Amino acid sequence: MTPKHSRRNFLKLTVGGASASLLPLPAIAQAAPRVVVVGGGFAGASTARALRKADPRIAITLVETSRIFTACPFSNGVIAGLRELPAQQFGYERISAGGIAVVFASATGVEPQKKTVALSTGQRLDYDRLVVAPGIDIRWDGLPGYDEAVAEQMPHAWKAGEQTLLLRRQLEAMSDGGTVIISAPANPFRCPPGPYERASLIAYYLKTTKPRSKLIVLDAKDQFSKQRLFQNAWAELYPNLEWVGLSKGGKVTSVDVTARTLTTDFGTYKADVANVIPPQKAGRIADLAGVTDRTGWCPIDPATFESRLVPGIHVVGDAAIAGGMPKSAFSANAQAKACAFAVAALLAGRKPAEPKLINTCYSLVAPDYGITVAGVYRPVNGMLTDVEGAGGVSPTDAPHSTRALEAKFADGWFKTITNEVFG
Amino acid sequence: MNAPRFFAAAAFLLAPMIGAMAAAPESPAGASSCSGCHPANTGIDTPIPRLNGRNAAEISEQMKTFRAGQRSATVMGRIAKGFSDDEIEAIAAWYAEQR
Repeated sequence: MTPKHSRRNFLKLTVGGASASLLPLPAIAQAAPRVVVVGGGFAGASTARALRKADPRIAITLVETSRIFTACPFSNGVIAGLRELPAQQFGYERISAGGIAVVFASATGVEPQKKTVALSTGQRLDYDRLVVAPGIDIRWDGLPGYDEAVAEQMPHAWKAGEQTLLLRRQLEAMSDGGTVIISAPANPFRCPPGPYERASLIAYYLKTTKPRSKLIVLDAKDQFSKQRLFQNAWAELYPNLEWVGLSKGGKVTSVDVTARTLTTDFGTYKADVANVIPPQKAGRIADLAGVTDRTGWCPIDPATFESRLVPGIHVVGDAAIAGGMPKSAFSANAQAKACAFAVAALLAGRKPAEPKLINTCYSLVAPDYGITVAGVYRPVNGMLTDVEGAGGVSPTDAPHSTRALEAKFADGWFKTITNEVFG
Repeated sequence: MNAPRFFAAAAFLLAPMIGAMAAAPESPAGASSCSGCHPANTGIDTPIPRLNGRNAAEISEQMKTFRAGQRSATVMGRIAKGFSDDEIEAIAAWYAEQR
């Protein structure tokens, strides 16, 4: 055997060996695999970035309607006048600079057989795997008397942006002695502690600027996230905040925008400012792609986030039915990274690893008073399930220094997660 | 050409090619969630420490201390309870390698 021969054989063997273990042959023979991500919020933008990092060979296109993303976490602070909207806003320049094709358009349809996404621009994008991360849509048929026109007068402010500013302006315009009403929906909905953080920060605003005013929360539930912590804090800080649960007649069954009233099974409440947080569902493209079930949300495989209904389409973030994981920005970001690893593995012909996920939700009861809920999750019997013995809420008997520390950590979390996703 | 030198040369030639095309090694279960709070990038104004490049034994030790309730914590006690020794050590080793 001459050296020349053995060299050729060696190269052949080595490249063949590498192909088998690292690079499946199709990845070499074909063009780069294509992934389209629809939705540029915490879920979608995180998926695109994590996928880019997991495997730079994948061609990634991120489809997003808006050139500026407005984050919901901390937007209750904007409503209460504690921060300004631009602090919530992020662009896609850095994502684009990182090698992801960002297309500003709305996705108008998906053909799972042809593996294409149609855009409002008329363009069609081919994909090998599609990630759907549309967040929520309001169920405009979910509450009699409430529709898109009414929302201009009774804001939901559950998608941050103009609605956030509208609610703030209404609070600023209200005279001292007025009544603010928040209507909170039944589960599931985006950001389970969100209505109660909002109630707290609006109560803080009223206490410090319009102390004769009153805040009523009408709730379609008897239990809510961090309930004991919120209610203890309200008793201590906000005597003018009244919470009415489901069993006390808290469920709003209709609204009347002309009379500025909200009606429950037990009575009618007149509001000077009404914040109606209506029932929700997965964003529209999920429905168009056929990945929503009768609940309006998207059933998924808990290890890969692949739709239970349509193969080749993954769903992450608020739109997904993620078992024990709440619909939060932290969850969306954690799910996105796990989904990205799974998509990269599937495209490379590898078996995806079993993930473990964390969620942490910070809520502010006052600017220097933070509380949290945390959880650790893993797939069990096809659902993302709480790891027993882990997670839970802040202690009820914590000193004020702990509340202040959690408020500081909340601020750190927001800066870090928005940097990871958009920075 | 003697055999060892040839193999070394071949490996040298092939390594960059494979390196450039290969995917980044996957992080162990649970690790990717941490960067929601613990910044992967530098220069972020947060009291929450960065984990990248820290000593693996130190990260493991802290996690186990949090888990045992021996160190005062806000969320880390609650989170650490969801991880086994093996999982903690794998996460710690992975973060120690990150820059």
